[in-house]
Amino acid sequence: MSVDPAVLEGRALTKVYRMGDVDVHALRGVDLNLHAGELVVLLGASGSGKSTLLNILGGLDVPSGGTVVYRDHDLTAATERELTRYRREHVGFVFQFYNLIPSLTARENVALVTEIADDPLSPEDALGLVGLGERMDHFPAQLSGGEQQRVAIARAVAKRPDLLLCDEPTGALDYQTGIVVLEVIEAVNRELGTTTAVITHNAPVAAMADRVITLHDGRVMGEARNERRMAAKELRW
Amino acid sequence: MVRPLDRKLFRDLWRLKGQMATIALVVAAGIAAFVTLRGTHTSIQDARSAYYERQRFADVFARLERAPRSLLSRVEQVPGVSRADGRVLEPAMVPLPEVSEPLRAQVVSVGTEELQVLNQLHLRDGRWLEPGRSDEVLLLESFAVARKIKPGDRLPLVLNGKKRDVRVAGVVMSPEYVFAITAGDISPDPDRFAVMWMADEAIAATFQMEGAFNVLSVRLQPGASERAVIDALDRLLEPFGGTGAYGIGWQPSNRAIDGELAQLRSFSTVLPVIFLMVAALLVNVVLSRLVHLQRPEIATLKALGYSDFEVGFHFFELVLVILVLGAGVGVGVGGYFGNVMVDLYAVYFKFPNLSFRFDGASASAAVVISVVAALLGAFSAVQSVVSLPPAEAMRPPAPARYRRSLVDLLGLARVVGPSLHMIVRELQRRPLRTVFSALAISVSIGLMVIGGWYYDGIRELVHTQFHQAMREDVAVAFIEARPARALSDLAHTPGVLAAEGLRAVPVRFRSGHAHRDGAIFGYPEGGELRQLRDRYARLAPLPPDGVVLTDVLAEVLRVRPGDRVEVEIHEGQRGTKQLVVSGTVDDAMGLQGHMTADALARFMGETPKVNLALLRIDPTSSETIDARLKDLPYVASVTRRADLLARFESQSASMITTMSAIILLFAATITVGVVYNNARVALSIRARDLASLRVLGFTRGEISAILLGEMGLQVLLSLPLGLVFGRWLVVGIASTVDPEQWRMPVVITDRSYAIALSVALIAAVLSALLVRRRLDKLDLIGVLKTRE
Ligand SMILES: Nc1ncnc2c1ncn2[C@@H]1O[C@H](COP(=O)(O)OP(=O)(O)OP(=O)(O)O)[C@@H](O)[C@H]1O
Ligand SMILES: [Mg+2]
Repeated sequence: MSVDPAVLEGRALTKVYRMGDVDVHALRGVDLNLHAGELVVLLGASGSGKSTLLNILGGLDVPSGGTVVYRDHDLTAATERELTRYRREHVGFVFQFYNLIPSLTARENVALVTEIADDPLSPEDALGLVGLGERMDHFPAQLSGGEQQRVAIARAVAKRPDLLLCDEPTGALDYQTGIVVLEVIEAVNRELGTTTAVITHNAPVAAMADRVITLHDGRVMGEARNERRMAAKELRW
Repeated sequence: MVRPLDRKLFRDLWRLKGQMATIALVVAAGIAAFVTLRGTHTSIQDARSAYYERQRFADVFARLERAPRSLLSRVEQVPGVSRADGRVLEPAMVPLPEVSEPLRAQVVSVGTEELQVLNQLHLRDGRWLEPGRSDEVLLLESFAVARKIKPGDRLPLVLNGKKRDVRVAGVVMSPEYVFAITAGDISPDPDRFAVMWMADEAIAATFQMEGAFNVLSVRLQPGASERAVIDALDRLLEPFGGTGAYGIGWQPSNRAIDGELAQLRSFSTVLPVIFLMVAALLVNVVLSRLVHLQRPEIATLKALGYSDFEVGFHFFELVLVILVLGAGVGVGVGGYFGNVMVDLYAVYFKFPNLSFRFDGASASAAVVISVVAALLGAFSAVQSVVSLPPAEAMRPPAPARYRRSLVDLLGLARVVGPSLHMIVRELQRRPLRTVFSALAISVSIGLMVIGGWYYDGIRELVHTQFHQAMREDVAVAFIEARPARALSDLAHTPGVLAAEGLRAVPVRFRSGHAHRDGAIFGYPEGGELRQLRDRYARLAPLPPDGVVLTDVLAEVLRVRPGDRVEVEIHEGQRGTKQLVVSGTVDDAMGLQGHMTADALARFMGETPKVNLALLRIDPTSSETIDARLKDLPYVASVTRRADLLARFESQSASMITTMSAIILLFAATITVGVVYNNARVALSIRARDLASLRVLGFTRGEISAILLGEMGLQVLLSLPLGLVFGRWLVVGIASTVDPEQWRMPVVITDRSYAIALSVALIAAVLSALLVRRRLDKLDLIGVLKTRE
């Protein structure tokens, strides 16, 4: 597989949380590139800094030190307004707890994004993509966890993002459902060519990635490239 | 297509409808208060200026003894004067057959309809006087209506001691008698005070005033100095027995209107401000909670690329909906009450067309101000969460930290038990909210106290004035002061148990540049029917020499006991003399001097005289006494204290009940808004705890007690505060009443306090019950499952 130019470049990223008198070092100098079209899996123990890193890459948070460059935009120097634009135009998020708006139906949750995006999929198409064409008018409370997560993925990809960032998308799901969700992510990455990063606790999931990055205690401990991506369907854990 | 955020808005609104509605009610009360009071103010003010302009109401007035009409052209040469008009005004009496005692009246000279110069009459019914007929009058409408007198009816009239019959040609309104009182009256009595206009020649002939006048009205040129004109007129009129000119601000009818307008103005500022502050507080409380609950949603929206502004605005829209609702209801209700108020005023203020005018500009101002207030309340609530980086907002906020409470510190934990302890800790955790909420409820109670005082204060005034200060049964006013021994005539009338005389001399008090018109009263030694009393009817000392001044008067004149004050006598042998101020008294109304009868006689250089006879009578013979009195030629009026009292009460009753009811209703919205919203927010915060307690085996009643106990403590805290606050407000409002006319007693009865407290408690209990219903339906599993 050829190495495409990096879409997103993180350099020497650090993040320190100040908790009263103690400093919590969530990131202690992380370098990481995401290349166009690749699917990266981030592994690491709980508390190793995965979420922190992903939030910084997605413009949800700012690092204490280091730089993040998206194409030719330096996100570390960006204003709040520029960060908002970055998230709005380029990034799709999927969270462990889905984070749907409970008072909006599936379709409306997706429409929340298509409203403000430039060249979005229609909410119907996006929901079709995740196989929920039939459940569009249900409220989150009327959907199972896996269905909710698929709505969240539809919402994330409806804007045709350049980056799809998923923080433990299967964390709250059983095995079967988890596989379905991973299949959707895989399909989006393949069919739309969206650069994708997936955080997981689940080592076997790493098999579906182009590249696997392991974090430990705020540092990158290892990086591996898979010869062959395994289809999500074939994953077992 | 409806934007998804708007759908979320509507669904949130629907979920929070109870809270939205109660806040909207508070906003509505504020806006309604503004629209009602300001609109009433504008309506009266506009009606007045249009009326004055159309009828060419004068700017400066003066009374004098007698001056030739030729003086008028000299008056018109005074710099600043544009027109001058001289008329004859004389006291009269109307001995109506169906009324036991003769009624007071004034007759005023008037020319032909076209030739009226100033203070033109507005013909309401009938026709103008027929030229050459001396037995026709035009009658003031308020009296005509009160006595059901129509054009064509005949009236008995005593003029200059002679009785005659006159025919009512027409019924009129006059800008001089919009509020039908004369100087020295406490309240208008339209059915006992008649004003009649008669042809010039007829009056002149009766009072030997041919070619002369005794009342001067002057209209000023634009920009002219009233002060300068008054000074010039005083010099000019001095030789003709002028008693001192005064500006429109001292014209009795106009001054009464001014006083009412000033009160409306201060109410229309204070009330809306209070309501809008409470609304802002409630918006803040409710929105803080909502935003807190929606932290993850806010974070998600931001993660999806919505800007701070878009997210913040979404919550502001919620507030805007409250405002639109509140403003709509407020403007509607305000318009309705405005009509009610103006109708009430129309009973007292006789303008040709006084109707409530909806004041669009001030209504929009009120709405804009309420938007600003509510947005201020919303801003601090929303801003803190919206400005969090999304990653942080996505994490639940740090668990609430509880500190050891007062209860712990005082070692009371064992005594109060865990439930009460939870309550105290909760209140203590949000001290500001607790304090502000308690303050808001106390404001509400305070307003209700005002409502009660409105009733009590006037009752008290009536009580002190009519029961304690005036102890006679009948007061007989003489046309002119008579020697004190004339009293024995009256005293020997069968049925009269006691008679005392009172001397009243109209004067102008002067000291330096300051001066005021008033009267000096002389009290007989050992008199019991009227004595010098302060506004609470407490007896005040009356030294044998010198004069005791109303304290407001002493302040205006800048004199103190021991100082001298100049007194211009406006009666009989005129002249100016000096008097030593021997003390001051806080009496209830008007500006007076008080002396012993002997000291006053010495001062006047006369043998003791009286102008007012005070009688105690045997009630069974009151009829015969009335008949006797009516026939006495020197009697100007006969007033029974009981009638005065009944009239005063019936007149003020409707105004007071309406005002009190409106105030109570409006004030209650605050208590409902505060208690209901606080309880809802507390429920939302504590739902999990309470559900856990239920799972542990607590009963519904027990968990309700914990939650509502919180509210109860807040309300209890606010009760004493509210009473104190109410009294404080009352003192403030009492001071907006023109102090030179009235010194309202600040008396609030236990009844008023009790009403305020009970209405607040009822409102609180009803709100609590609404929340209790929700508490009973608490979904144990649902609550425990949701993560927070
Ligand atoms: N807001 C915060 N304040 C203080 N410390 C924080 C905060 N957010 C994260 N941390 C700390 O930073 C470290 C990294 O957290 P992070 O959430 O990135 O870990 P993670 O790898 O995503 O873990 P998990 O697999 O459990 O989600 C942890 O030690 C965590 O306690
Ligand atoms: Mg994590």
